Amino acid sequence: MKACAFEYERPRNVESALRLLSTENSKILAGGQSLGPMLNLRVVQPALLVDLRGIEELKSVKDEKDSVTLGACVTHAQIEDGRLPDPTRGFMREVAANIAYRAVRNRGTIGGSLAHADPAADWPSALSVLGATVLIAGPGGRHEIPIEKFLTGLFETALKTGDILVAIRVPKLSARARVGYWKFCRKAGEFAQAIGAALDDPERGVARAVIGATRGAPHILADAKALFAKPEKQALLHAVDGAGLAADAYNRQLHAVALRRAIEKLAA
Amino acid sequence: MGVGARLPRKEDRRFLRGEGEYVANIRIHGMLDVAFVRSPMAHAKIRGIRKFPGVFTSEDLKGVQPIRASSSLKGFKSSDQPVLAAGKVRQVGELVAMCVAATRAEAEDLADQVELDLEELPAVVDMIEARINPPALVHDEWGDNVFLESLVDDDLSELKRNAAVTVKRSIRTARQHMSPMEGRGVVCEWNRRLDQLVMYSAAQMPHLNRAGLAECLGIDQGSIRVIAPDVGGGFGYKGILLPEEVCLAWLCRKLGRPVRWIEDRREQLSANANCREHHYDITLYADAKGKILGIDCEATVDSGAYSSYPFSACLEGAQVSSILPGPYKMDRYRCRTWSMATNKAPILPYRGVARTGVCFALELMVDAAARELKIEPHEMRLANLVQPGEMPYTNITNKHFDSGDYPEAVRRAARMIDVEKIRKLQKEHPASVRKIGVGFAIFCEQAAHGTSVYHGWGIPMVPGHEQCAARLSPDGVLELRIGAHSHGQGMETTMAQVAHTVLGVDPENVRLVHGDTATTPYSTGTWGSRSMVMSGGAVAAACDVIAGRVKAIAAKLLEVSSQDLILSDGFAVVAGTDKKMSLAEVAHVWYRKPQLLPADVDPAGLEATAGYKAKVDTGTFSYACHATTVAVDTETGHVEILDYVIVEDGGTLVNPMIVDGQVFGGAAQGIGTALYEEMPFDEQGQPLATTLADYLLPSATEVPSIRIDHIETPSPHTRFGQKGIGEGGAIAPPAAIANAVNDALAPLGVEITESPLTPRRIVEAIMKARV
Repeated sequence: MKACAFEYERPRNVESALRLLSTENSKILAGGQSLGPMLNLRVVQPALLVDLRGIEELKSVKDEKDSVTLGACVTHAQIEDGRLPDPTRGFMREVAANIAYRAVRNRGTIGGSLAHADPAADWPSALSVLGATVLIAGPGGRHEIPIEKFLTGLFETALKTGDILVAIRVPKLSARARVGYWKFCRKAGEFAQAIGAALDDPERGVARAVIGATRGAPHILADAKALFAKPEKQALLHAVDGAGLAADAYNRQLHAVALRRAIEKLAA
Repeated sequence: MGVGARLPRKEDRRFLRGEGEYVANIRIHGMLDVAFVRSPMAHAKIRGIRKFPGVFTSEDLKGVQPIRASSSLKGFKSSDQPVLAAGKVRQVGELVAMCVAATRAEAEDLADQVELDLEELPAVVDMIEARINPPALVHDEWGDNVFLESLVDDDLSELKRNAAVTVKRSIRTARQHMSPMEGRGVVCEWNRRLDQLVMYSAAQMPHLNRAGLAECLGIDQGSIRVIAPDVGGGFGYKGILLPEEVCLAWLCRKLGRPVRWIEDRREQLSANANCREHHYDITLYADAKGKILGIDCEATVDSGAYSSYPFSACLEGAQVSSILPGPYKMDRYRCRTWSMATNKAPILPYRGVARTGVCFALELMVDAAARELKIEPHEMRLANLVQPGEMPYTNITNKHFDSGDYPEAVRRAARMIDVEKIRKLQKEHPASVRKIGVGFAIFCEQAAHGTSVYHGWGIPMVPGHEQCAARLSPDGVLELRIGAHSHGQGMETTMAQVAHTVLGVDPENVRLVHGDTATTPYSTGTWGSRSMVMSGGAVAAACDVIAGRVKAIAAKLLEVSSQDLILSDGFAVVAGTDKKMSLAEVAHVWYRKPQLLPADVDPAGLEATAGYKAKVDTGTFSYACHATTVAVDTETGHVEILDYVIVEDGGTLVNPMIVDGQVFGGAAQGIGTALYEEMPFDEQGQPLATTLADYLLPSATEVPSIRIDHIETPSPHTRFGQKGIGEGGAIAPPAAIANAVNDALAPLGVEITESPLTPRRIVEAIMKARV
């Protein structure tokens, strides 16, 4: 399959990109690892592709006291290779290293993955458990939004037509914080069928868990203290049912196992 | 450097540098690209097609005959496959219209605009339902959906009364897709000077493509030249006359322009999932010691919508009944088979053909019986295998096993995998969610089978003598022209090794010419693990002839008797002396100084075509025992292969390194069959795994390090004792892995009899057992 004909622009700053995006039927290209196949399958047929990879701001990283802000066009490979400050002391590196295959990680971007909002991808769940903030530029100016409000459903986000996801701010974990992440894939590099994520950061008063690879946005358990203390089968299944996964027995069990194994990693 | 050497592959010089020349690399000035409109429905009446300039449908292809691959087997029903659908579509992906433009993208734009008016009909999706309760008829004129029914009958009444153990199972293997790295591809141009079609196609059997094309186009075979350049894997996927080939052949002549079609992965997956779908209702009878008394089986094969050229829709089903007894002895055997037509892609023989499914069914039964009798699975096998002292052995379905030591393969595999250690491990952590299991599978594989086997099928292809045309060139380089074609087998190396053994020529000075009907002898091509036996035999025969002629010339020039000459390291040497003459010098005299030749020189010179057929052509029987240890995560259903061993007997190995590569590659495909690969369809016959995100293939991380051990029992029937071995690796892994998983899950009372063994199937079976 070959893509339909489309125009291509590679602006140098966010303002030019926003102007181009006001064109009818325009679409953003970041790493292209999901968009590329969708173009070739003609699932999407844009008139204009606006390639964000020429914009320096989107590739920059800001290391501040309580957080690190990653430009949307930072690649999975940059994170995996530890070339950037990591607010999570290795956790984000581990997540990045297990996304798809290296060829995908070389091009795929954290912002592109988040904006695509495929529930089976890693960043939506991982950034949800970390409590990240999403920075957005739009025709009306810039604003920021917590990730749980950004991810709204299956391939759905709070981005409006013409908006650009500019950066992601990840809070720094405190010294005693622990993170657990466990996903189930049919084989290495495939999209996950179930994701469990857990963050226990008592100094910041965070005990958050996430059930990911659902049929919608990641399901966040804002206060998972009790579950962390006693990850028992019934409680896990109850949580999974809360994520709307009760219908299929296999899927239900798989998500409960993923959540439990993520929680077990907190103690490791 | 000759037969038996681990010579590095000559062709790898270009392949490893990315310099292979495939169909998609071919550029011809003025070439146009083709995209096809394919049926979006599995079964529908065509009410109308709204088309545009540059779009062609069946009504344009006047005079083009449908593809027809009949069989003379009694009761076989033929199917005509129009190259572009006419009247009805019978599978998703069937070609409906051909669109031509300057680029593929523009051809696809054109295809997007074609409007199909289809009246959907109920689809025949399940092969059992197709027979018992058909929702529709795939071919209306048949009256049912049965391509062929076969019966090997026997009286089992005594077994039913007396057998100590009766094991009954329903076993199913999923429909799969063959996945060569390179898809199919065709480039056609019409040569006006020669009034000849030149077709480049990624094909395993170019001479048969030519024969089939001539039949469809109604032109003589001489006006067609088929060239198969480098082919990036075949496995049976490219052993077929394609409707796309016929379409493009017609189109290039119609337009007076070269045209090209390169299959993409989506076309491949959605239109051509075409192999391995079997169902067995099977009963095994055994005595109390585990001796198999007999087997009773009703087997169904999903043959898809049409009979493919040249292997036909009957090959797989009929093969099931003839090979189900495997390498075992038994006194009673009954098997009924049905080859069913459904609204899915036509079946093609995939590496191992029916044997992968048959081995899965039979070997699961042996393990089920062993569990019931509380016998170690490998012991149960040892009690039933044909013994080496009984070779050659004619089995219950009249298969002539040529040689080998089957029990030794099992004993070695059991030692290598260390059954006792696994039994100990299993007892250590009985409550663990991670369960360990060990599984075995053994098969014997008829390969390089010839006329006596195939003539009975009455299909468009019966192999006879295989030929090689050899030429010693003026510079001493040996050209070998064969009609078989390498699609990854390394024949440029192995045929040179054969020539070295016979003629003493340096393999570096051998050029293999293959894959071109204009320059090579007719051949049925490369399939059925036959090339090393058949083309290898032909190369040796042609080299024998050249050797005699070289000796005759050298004897005159060296003034000795030709009996005193031996051919070694590129020279004709007078035995026991240092007098010698190089092959290049002999060739130089023949071509450039004929005045020096002996008066009675053979006027045929240094070119010879010779043929080969094994004296007993019922086939070589390579065999192998696979054994594996797996760990099953009972919570997620994930299967991890901890260890995998293969004990294989391919007779004399012409190049053991290439054989190991074949075995590894085959085993990787077998692991795919066992754990990953499956093309599901919905009730309307829509394929549900149309990208590689849904159709899972094993990759490097899923294939373990495999340990191979070889037994070398030469075949008594072939030139060097070699046996066909190309397919074997892909046959046993599904059975061995399923047996290992079932061994692991036995304490939970779980047994899985369907491939692939997906995490979902495993966990659901465990959940069901717990209820």
